[in-house]
Amino acid sequence: MTIPLSYYLLLSGILFVCGVLGFLIKRNIITIFMSIELMLNGVNLSFVAFAAHWHALSGQVFVFFVMVVAAAEAAVGLAIIIAVYRTRETLNVDQVNLLKL
Amino acid sequence: MTQNSNLWLIPLLPLAGAAVNGVFGRRLSKTAITSIALAFCGAAFLLALKVALGFSSSEAPYSFDLAHWIRAGDFQADFSFYLDQLSLVMLLVVTGVGFLIHIYSVGYMAEDDGYYRFMSYLNLFMFFMLTLVLAKNYLLMFIGWEGVGLASYLLIGFWFTKDSAAAAGKKAFIVNRIGDFGFMIALFLMIQHFHSLDFTTVFAQVAGKATETAGVGLLTSIGLLLMVGAAGKSAQIPLYVWLPDAMEGPTPVSALIHAATMVTAGVYMVARSHVIFEHAPGALTVVAVIGTLTALFAATIGIAQTDIKKVLAYSTISQLGYMFMACGVAAFSAGIFHLMTHAFFKGLLFLAAGSVIHGVGGEQDMRKMGGLRKHMPVTFWTMTIATFAIAGIPPLAGFFSKDEILWMAYISPHGSWIFWLIGVVTAFITSFYMFRLWFMTFFGEYRGAAGGDTHGHGNHGSEHGHGEPHESPWVMLGPLVILAVLSFVGGWVNIHHGFDLFLSPVFRSHAAVVQLKALTTQESSQLEARDRLELAFTGISVAVGFLGLFLAWLLYHKRRDLPEKIAISLGDLCHAVVNKYYVDELYASVFIKPLVEGSTVILWKGVDQGMIDATVNNAASEARHVSDNVRHMQSGNLRSYAGWIAAGGAAVIAYMVWMGVR
Repeated sequence: MTIPLSYYLLLSGILFVCGVLGFLIKRNIITIFMSIELMLNGVNLSFVAFAAHWHALSGQVFVFFVMVVAAAEAAVGLAIIIAVYRTRETLNVDQVNLLKL
Repeated sequence: MTQNSNLWLIPLLPLAGAAVNGVFGRRLSKTAITSIALAFCGAAFLLALKVALGFSSSEAPYSFDLAHWIRAGDFQADFSFYLDQLSLVMLLVVTGVGFLIHIYSVGYMAEDDGYYRFMSYLNLFMFFMLTLVLAKNYLLMFIGWEGVGLASYLLIGFWFTKDSAAAAGKKAFIVNRIGDFGFMIALFLMIQHFHSLDFTTVFAQVAGKATETAGVGLLTSIGLLLMVGAAGKSAQIPLYVWLPDAMEGPTPVSALIHAATMVTAGVYMVARSHVIFEHAPGALTVVAVIGTLTALFAATIGIAQTDIKKVLAYSTISQLGYMFMACGVAAFSAGIFHLMTHAFFKGLLFLAAGSVIHGVGGEQDMRKMGGLRKHMPVTFWTMTIATFAIAGIPPLAGFFSKDEILWMAYISPHGSWIFWLIGVVTAFITSFYMFRLWFMTFFGEYRGAAGGDTHGHGNHGSEHGHGEPHESPWVMLGPLVILAVLSFVGGWVNIHHGFDLFLSPVFRSHAAVVQLKALTTQESSQLEARDRLELAFTGISVAVGFLGLFLAWLLYHKRRDLPEKIAISLGDLCHAVVNKYYVDELYASVFIKPLVEGSTVILWKGVDQGMIDATVNNAASEARHVSDNVRHMQSGNLRSYAGWIAAGGAAVIAYMVWMGVR
């Protein structure tokens, strides 16, 4: 027996909403960063679910691209976070509201 | 005709002079400026003389097309010049008197800093005036018409640092604008109904129309509107108010523009349009009534003026009134004849007055003159000739022209004994105030301040800050003498109606009237009675001239205490005359004040500030308010950005879902 498509989509939606809520609510930059990963992977899940459902490869290819971008983003993002922490000695986004270090 | 090719040069020569002096004058020496201005103006005069010598009445009118100008559909107006007997007379008067006044200005304006500017303006004026009189269509005439208005404005306000001069220039320009408005509407009517502005085309079509005897038809409207234009340019009631103020300009300007030439442009225009007026007797009557009233009205004001130039200014208005009276009774050649003699003697009067003002150090108040006969003999004798001429004493020029106007005012089919009577009364007043000026200025003893300390006239007064009045240099006296000769003999050209007959090809229907008088083949008894009547009328006008002389002699030479007593016994009437019947005040309260108030309250505070400015200002401040509120979105707070993005995304999704449902 196969798991219906709607289950995947539901899970994907839940993951995405969790990511959004985390992004909005949390103050710690690291947590926010992780919420972004959660959203990306929620979307990835729906891609692969559709790819499996329609027997099309393009959805899976797309996921690879997202993963590559996410990895790059994580590298740059973490570097920025470290830089911010060194100057401000805080990871609270509410105190990092100037677009400069 | 070979001369045709030269015709266009006559106006263009002074334009070249104006351009050279206007552009380079600041860097040129005074001698160079003088020779340029005089050479170009003199060349125009010589050319005009040459044209006049080669003029033959059998070949006239000549016309010359210089270039195409406007061609739109069936309408066309070109740079075309036209020479017939009428424009020839005007051409000679304008270039001749104009050239003399150019020479005079060399002496009069010699000390002025703006010398090159003055000469350039004078040349410019000559260009526009010659364009006006030589134009072959109304549109080119209108260019000259506006151009002389511009030159007049520039020259009245020549000493522009003086507030009164600047204001007088503006007043002249604005009042003329009212007249020009009428002129333009007349031109529009012509374009609409005749599809042309060319003199010959328009007049040929008008001649084919029936005479409008009752009501206001097309021709009467055109005639009346043309008269509005003429009243503005030629200072007739109700638009005469600018001319007395125009005396703020230098005296040569008053002589050239505001006495001899420009102000007669209205008379020329009416005479030129005589075909239209002859087909509209209603308009003709209006012209005659306006002219007659103006003649009397301005003459009475002239009695009480003490500024020598103001007296002459009102006298000019009054004499222009005579010319319109003549035109109004369809005696166009009499009007043009008076225009010519008036150019001589009034130009002379102004120049002599300028010489007097020059001699006494810038003083214009006649009460501070007197006894100048001994100090300025040449000025005195030339002014004497001019005064006798304007007073209508035979055998001087003014006698012939004024007498003919009065006679025509009575005998012409359009005339009436009322015009004649008012004309004679005006002649008496004219004689009186002119001799008053003559006695006050030249007789008695000198009443001026010994210091000669009036500096009302630019740099002029300061140059002559010494006590004794002195005679002017010969460069100024020369033109005086020539004009005096012309004022003396100028009237003789019409002794056997020679002038009338010369002009008769232009005023064809008027020729009939002249023939009535010239032909001796009619019943001799009727003609004799007529001649006796004319002789009696002549006697009356000469008598009133001498009466004016006697009265002025009595009041201003023999018994100088009398005028004051008379003024006191007349009381309010005298005040009204001294204050020019309060016409300026009336205009100020009826037209100017409501206009200024209305403009201030409605147009300025209401429309400009309340609507136009307010629209721009409120739009800007509203945009600023909105931006001020929206700006708070840009808080720098990461989570609020994220919130906006999420909310926006949610909104887009909601919209798509909702659209999908529908």
